[in-house]
Amino acid sequence: MTTLETRPSAAAPPAGTPYDQFRVVKAKNPGRWAATAVVAVLLAMVLNSLITNPRWEWGVVWAYLGEVSIVQGVWMTIKLTLITAVLGFALGTVLALMRLSQSPLLRAVSWGYTWVFRSVPLILQLLLWYNLAYLYQSLDVGIPFGPSFASFETLSLIDKFGAAILGLGLHQAAYSAEIVRAGILSVDQGQHEAAASLGIPRRRQSTKIVLPQAMRTIVPTAVNEIIGLFKGTSIVYVLALGELFYTVSVIYGRTQRVLPMLVVAAIWYVVLTTVVTVIQYYVERYYAKGAVRTLPPTPLQRLRGNLTAGLSRVRPVGDHR
Amino acid sequence: MTAVETRTGRVEVHGVHKSFGAHEVLNGVDLVVEPGSVTVVLGPSGSGKSTLLRSINHLEAVDRGFIALDGELVGYRRKGDTLHELKERDLLRQRTRFGFVFQSFNLFPHLTALENVVEAPVSAQGRNRREVEAEARELLARVGLADKADAHPRQLSGGQQQRVAIARALAMRPAVLLFDEPTSALDPELVGEVLAVIADLARTGTTMIVVTHEIGFARQAADQIVFMDEGRIVEQGTPTDVLDHPQHERTKAFLAKVL
Ligand SMILES: Nc1ncnc2c1ncn2[C@@H]1O[C@H](COP(=O)(O)OP(=O)(O)O)[C@@H](O)[C@H]1O
Ligand SMILES: [Mg+2]
Repeated sequence: MTTLETRPSAAAPPAGTPYDQFRVVKAKNPGRWAATAVVAVLLAMVLNSLITNPRWEWGVVWAYLGEVSIVQGVWMTIKLTLITAVLGFALGTVLALMRLSQSPLLRAVSWGYTWVFRSVPLILQLLLWYNLAYLYQSLDVGIPFGPSFASFETLSLIDKFGAAILGLGLHQAAYSAEIVRAGILSVDQGQHEAAASLGIPRRRQSTKIVLPQAMRTIVPTAVNEIIGLFKGTSIVYVLALGELFYTVSVIYGRTQRVLPMLVVAAIWYVVLTTVVTVIQYYVERYYAKGAVRTLPPTPLQRLRGNLTAGLSRVRPVGDHR
Repeated sequence: MTAVETRTGRVEVHGVHKSFGAHEVLNGVDLVVEPGSVTVVLGPSGSGKSTLLRSINHLEAVDRGFIALDGELVGYRRKGDTLHELKERDLLRQRTRFGFVFQSFNLFPHLTALENVVEAPVSAQGRNRREVEAEARELLARVGLADKADAHPRQLSGGQQQRVAIARALAMRPAVLLFDEPTSALDPELVGEVLAVIADLARTGTTMIVVTHEIGFARQAADQIVFMDEGRIVEQGTPTDVLDHPQHERTKAFLAKVL
């Protein structure tokens, strides 16, 4: 009690001091300035070498950047990535729900799937799928252990593209399953209880209550996976499928212009990744609904805000603020 | 607006036992709650109050004994001499007859206050969304939150969140409302606003079982007070009986601490 009574008079300013008229001196950060200078010099050196070293052959890079076969390669990369991501996350969600189910068999199968498909190298899985026709000449649709209604030649069903999709998708599903499972586990137990106590049907509990909240955890990791996939699809060059990297390697095999062609591919991969990163920002913002008190402004809103603030500052009228 | 019918909501608890591992949490509980009455459950922490409440709407399955609502077994269907566990769908339907209000609110954070209230009547009871929405707005107004319909839970104070949770429970038109320490997670100055809403419901003849440490509320609103200790009901009676003339040493000791 006594300390409380004596301290305010010592700490509080004498009444009525007009602090707002004092000059404010910013704290000095010599370390920050030094670091900034070092990084600026390094950046200048990198840029200088990029521009002045003729072996980068920027002319060639520019010529091939929009070349038809390259653009087709980019399109193939996009297709592979998107189909794989959709397939991977659809199957992954099923696997995650199986893993969290009450049935020991479903849990075991899901665990086993993840175990196998994470253990075997992707390149090996791709080649296995491509050679499936050797194991099974035809694939039948019918009653298990019973008659078959339709039969397909494996070779005609699983071409290069099919093998790539199967290999990438099934491999991705194993990783996606863990991502979705982690997301579901991150949702507070009280949410499941509240949903159950309200009698909300099971499926609706998952789709309306649990998964939307899990998405906050799932999205950043999922986007990471998709970005990984964009570049990871380059592994299907072993199947001689014409995606971006394979196309580039075919061109430099022919023209011997290795470095500029690698730069072409790099630029495209950066562009694709950038697009996904921008989309990620908006998706995360969407699922942040309710998780934060106020949503952060979108870059557009921020730009507009800055503009209006700037404009009002230059407004010539004798406005007091 | 009659969210609750007056003459239903009789809860019977008979010889209920429940263990977690070797730990006997409910040790033979018997309790009858008459339709339209308010029962306040008191007792020290860990005495099994939450477990009893959660057993009543079958969030926990009991090991022995049974619980019935208006004569209908909770969680089971009787056929002759055998009890069949209810299928998940039937269980969920039965749960809609109980409204449960949690200590930690458990509102759905990604939905607005209105969406929180509307969700279950539409998806669990298949009622018309537009009608439910109109009713939900009335309910929000009744708990003093007419202007907060479009706010997300994290934009609300604890007391406001708990009042939304009460509106959410009421929207199911439950026969019985179960409150598990509805004000224990609240700052002291917010406790009153929530208790006022609950006391208001009590006057309208809703059957309620309220676990709380708010003795003043118990005295004012309860028809019956139940004192639990170590998984048993050791004393029960009117507020005057239990609060002013406790018979049991445990009750006396507990009341000496909280009064
Ligand atoms: N799911 C559970 N698993 C194991 N023990 C539990 C579980 N739920 C409650 N308990 C134990 O049961 C006892 C009674 O808990 P509870 O009913 O929450 O008491 P109260 O609500 O009266 O404080 C406590 O000792 C608690 O630790
Ligand atoms: Mg409790």
